[in-house]
Amino acid sequence: MFRPSHFAAVVLFALFASVVFGITQRETPRQMFRYGLYCFVLFVGSAVALSWIMYLIAR
Amino acid sequence: MATTQDKKNQTGSGFVYLPLIAGWLVPGGGHFLLRKWGRGALLAVSILAMFAIGIAMQGKLYAGAHDILEMLCLAGDLCGGLLYFVSRAAGWGADQVTQTTGDYGTRFIVVAGLLNIIAAVDAHNLRTGRKA
Repeated sequence: MFRPSHFAAVVLFALFASVVFGITQRETPRQMFRYGLYCFVLFVGSAVALSWIMYLIAR
Repeated sequence: MATTQDKKNQTGSGFVYLPLIAGWLVPGGGHFLLRKWGRGALLAVSILAMFAIGIAMQGKLYAGAHDILEMLCLAGDLCGGLLYFVSRAAGWGADQVTQTTGDYGTRFIVVAGLLNIIAAVDAHNLRTGRKA
């Protein structure tokens, strides 16, 4: 059984979803790469930011 | 950048929904039909990996629905096409989620199906010439 940490699960999810979003939502390879990277940063960044917010609320 | 000849080939005669159906059944299949090998391979690897990781995390494969949330999850699973049917036939995935990673795995499987549908619709758009 594969048991990744919470953060590893977030990174894997963001990686695969960003690849599909990049390819399907843009037309040229350059635009695809940039949009995929943008989605990846937003996925991971929002997860980290929300984690900190929940940590601070729970204190 | 697609040339005029490429567009003419993609929007030519034939069953226009074939890439959509192929893309639903096999991840990246619609793009392979349209000879978009690179895009198809990346889509196939991403969707297959996400589904496989979900199964490896002991995610649940929905077989029926008792409430609206389960119905939505079942619809997401069905979007995986052959991945779902083969996995169900092989008895992969968990019947009940007992651990946190299993819950994550269930979401991975559902989202893999939804991403598969996005890829299939993209293949359809390429076929109709709506996208280059």
